[in-house]
Amino acid sequence: MAKKNKNWLRLRWVLVLFLTFLASLSLLLFYLVQGKNIALLHPRGYIAHQQYSLMLFVVAILLIIGIPALVTLYIVAWRYRESNPKTVMSEHKASKSLVATIWIVPTFFMIVISVVMWPATHKLAPQKSIASENKPLTIQVISLRWKWLFLYPEQGIATVNFIQLPINTPVEFEMTADEVPMSSFWIPNLGGQLYTMTSHVNRLNLMANTIGDYPGSTPEINGAGFTGMKFTARVSSDADFNQWVKKTSQSQNILDQNSYKELLKPSEANPVVLYSDFDGTLYDSVIMKYAGSAEGHSGH
Amino acid sequence: MKELLVGKLTWESLPHQWWTIAGTLSFVLLGVAVAVVLTYTKRWKWLWNDWLTSVDPKKIGIMYFIAGFGMLLRGGLDVLMMWLQQALSSGNSHGFLTAEHYQEIFTAHGNIMVFFVAMAFIFGLINYIVPLQIGARDLASPLMNTLGFWLFIGGIVMVNMFFVFGGEYAATGWLAVAPLSGKEFSPGAGVDYWVWSLMISGVGTTLGAINFIMTILKMRAPGMKLLKMPLFTWGSLCSMMMAVTVFPLLTATLFLVYFDRALGTHFFTTTGGGDPMMYTNLIWMWGHPEVYVLILPAFGVFSEVVSTFSRKPIASYKSAVVGMIGVSVLALSVWLHHFFTMGAGANVNAFFGLMTTIIAVPTSVLVFNWIATMYKGKIRFETPMLWFLGFVAIFAIGGISGVMLAIPPVDFQLHNSLFLVAHFHSTVIGGVLFGVFCAYSYWFPKFTGFRLNERIGRAAFWFWIAGFCLSFIPMYILGLMGASRRLDHYDASTGWQPLFILMFIGGLVIAVGVALQVAQILASFIEKKRLLDTTNGDPWNGRTLEWSTQSPPAFYNFTVIPHVSSVDAFWSMKKHGLKKPVYEDIHMPKNTAVGIYISLFATFASFAFVWDIVWLIVASIIAIIVTFVIRGFNEDSEYTLPAQKIQQLEEARAHKNSAHHTAINNDPHHDMSTWELVAYLYKFAIDFVKNKKWRRI
Ligand code: HEM
Ligand SMILES: [Cu+2]
Repeated sequence: MAKKNKNWLRLRWVLVLFLTFLASLSLLLFYLVQGKNIALLHPRGYIAHQQYSLMLFVVAILLIIGIPALVTLYIVAWRYRESNPKTVMSEHKASKSLVATIWIVPTFFMIVISVVMWPATHKLAPQKSIASENKPLTIQVISLRWKWLFLYPEQGIATVNFIQLPINTPVEFEMTADEVPMSSFWIPNLGGQLYTMTSHVNRLNLMANTIGDYPGSTPEINGAGFTGMKFTARVSSDADFNQWVKKTSQSQNILDQNSYKELLKPSEANPVVLYSDFDGTLYDSVIMKYAGSAEGHSGH
Repeated sequence: MKELLVGKLTWESLPHQWWTIAGTLSFVLLGVAVAVVLTYTKRWKWLWNDWLTSVDPKKIGIMYFIAGFGMLLRGGLDVLMMWLQQALSSGNSHGFLTAEHYQEIFTAHGNIMVFFVAMAFIFGLINYIVPLQIGARDLASPLMNTLGFWLFIGGIVMVNMFFVFGGEYAATGWLAVAPLSGKEFSPGAGVDYWVWSLMISGVGTTLGAINFIMTILKMRAPGMKLLKMPLFTWGSLCSMMMAVTVFPLLTATLFLVYFDRALGTHFFTTTGGGDPMMYTNLIWMWGHPEVYVLILPAFGVFSEVVSTFSRKPIASYKSAVVGMIGVSVLALSVWLHHFFTMGAGANVNAFFGLMTTIIAVPTSVLVFNWIATMYKGKIRFETPMLWFLGFVAIFAIGGISGVMLAIPPVDFQLHNSLFLVAHFHSTVIGGVLFGVFCAYSYWFPKFTGFRLNERIGRAAFWFWIAGFCLSFIPMYILGLMGASRRLDHYDASTGWQPLFILMFIGGLVIAVGVALQVAQILASFIEKKRLLDTTNGDPWNGRTLEWSTQSPPAFYNFTVIPHVSSVDAFWSMKKHGLKKPVYEDIHMPKNTAVGIYISLFATFASFAFVWDIVWLIVASIIAIIVTFVIRGFNEDSEYTLPAQKIQQLEEARAHKNSAHHTAINNDPHHDMSTWELVAYLYKFAIDFVKNKKWRRI
């Protein structure tokens, strides 16, 4: 019933078509991401920058082994295809040296990666404070259902779903959670994420080095409102930061036990709130609330 | 009183959303349709005796495949809904799904694809192929095998039960992370269904794994030393070893989740001394090895296919074996890479990063070994080989992204992002799914006695590849743009929408690929006379024992158990000339419905656990015990097939085959194209209705 038509078996044409498709897809993607925030390739902070360089290094090493392997695969497949008059049947088994090569090559590259990975993991450990001439800033973070509460103990102000950070200043986030499942605190332009958990304090150190507004979120699912649990991290000059602190401390809102109880109620896509003052015992009481629920609750 | 009778089940929990009602309706309609067809064609008995109660691993294998394929469609529908939502839901638009419903859908998607699609395909393959490859007639325990299969079906039933009996799907992600999955944050029945569905299917998996380990270790043909086993059998052995190691851990963890939820204990809660981090550890101690349980048999498949289609032995058999064993041992010690971001110290993170990097070594060795096998071969490019060549490219991308994720500081940025999601789809689709596709296009002639339509098969392959690129390249980029997983909505200012739209289009292209796979099988059945395998069961010039049998193999697999002297046993037999068989008596297990009954009661019990229906729990457990006891007293579970009878069967079969072995135009250039298939089906349907053909079925 089928027509005599040999062309459909010709891999060659399908391949040309496929490669054209891939090329146009790449061009299209390139066009689509123009001018967008590709957070991981546009690091705007000290940590993000090093994570970015490390990622590039790892990718480079992996491509040095991966691309030649793939190219060899397809060349071998083509060269030894049945229809090539030069191919003959053989019972060829790999020689000892070939076997040694297929073990040694990946081992070598993985050693290279590990040797870089081990010290980098220590250097970029989130709990490690960042050395700088500027005096570090501490921000206490409490993840709630489904919003972020930030306390600035030194400035005596508090915010919901918004933080402002002075540029080139190390910031230590002391993070915990209250009445919300495990969440994760992530500002991709400034650096990698860390989980927030009840009864634990996780410390994340970041330092911004470019002025701008950067999105933050919880990439860890924590219930119905998790998509809307977003905040903005605004990086500004020192002067602007101080200005902002001053303005915030004139806000009408005060974070006392009552307004905190309000915050504990689940809510989705919360608007930004600024508080001129907060109850100084709040953060510790949030941690103590779960005391005894797990060993070693002050981080690792 | 009501409490006593139906526990916590209420009228309000019965289906009432549009999707549960639609689900109920489609299940009822499907059931009625199947019942009508079976009654009309008088096939009930046949179904029960020849299939459902069968202990033949070949039939059980096929049933696994059918169930897995059904679930693939179900999980595929989920993903199209998810991607459509994401393509629409930007800025002011919130798409067509609520947040809760969206979360239920992605939970269902991940859950079903891993447990009821990938696992089903892998178990199906192992069931069908392993006994044939090792020269065995059946399994160490045929009863345990049907029981395992039916418990797996029980798991499928439980996971879809909410459509019919109410409640909802869990909305916690496929691993039901704690404390989100606790009673406090997920009070509904969804997580309970999740727990009990995995509980029974997990027990089924454990039973199956024990059975296959025993079979492979104890029932190999004489002469087949461990280091003469085919590589697919090796992959299966490693995979099943890992499964018995970690599935009991899953079952134990599920019990703890259940205790927390039902009895108010505090293992994983935030209050009362519980520790959710312990759950994260436990679930990944099972979860990481689980993904390698899936990939190892696929590695085995590729090893077989590359060697057969290059017409060469594998370049380094020992490297392949050591590689697979290495992967499975190392895979037990890397689980923490799934939560570098939980706050462990630098030493702990670096250690697990190191272990994960090391795992990439044996994995790369396997790939290099396949390349070395093709070198100096004489390679054919039928569809199994195409799936292999596609697999290497996609899996390489998955491996590269995997090693990136293994570097803790890099993972802090990529964890929970769409980059991670793209990583594991590259490995699971490129590795496991393509491995399964490669496997069925390779072994299909063994299953049926005729080959698959090449033409539509190739089209399906290219649609899959193109759809994969269209979906997952944008997904990697979205991850780099900071898009996290599981979002049902995002700001327009992110500029992500065009990429999500591309992903959705890619999903549609993949759906066309799946439709073409169905078409391929259909077209092959339509043309089965022309596609008949005329090579006595060995269409690819195979190397391993399964090709030495007839296609499809007799229910006793081998008339005479072969003696094995080398790795490519059948290849060397062919070289040295095949011997004439001497028939002897064969002992075969009898069919049994015990597996079905026990699984049925286990499903009742699970349902009762979800809704706290105490009497039903007690009754079902008693029923299970009684069934076991009755079976225990039944000594009559085997029968003997006399040599004479076998000779008759074999001769009848040879006669039937020789009738077909003449002048069939088997050239793939003549295979039906997709359009010809559509035209054929159209004509057939018209004819069927007009000429009242249905009367003659
Ligand atoms: C070279 C080999 C591989 C390496 C180095 C690797 C590494 C990783 C790492 C580090 C993660 C955790 C990332 C994170 O959560 O931040 C991960 C996740 C994952 N990998 Fe791989 N992987 C490899 C191969 C595979 C294979 C073969 C499969 C499956 C067949 C697989 C399936 C998965 C899955 C399902 C997840 C994530 C599950 C989830 O979070 O829901 N990977 N992989
Ligand atoms: Cu893993």
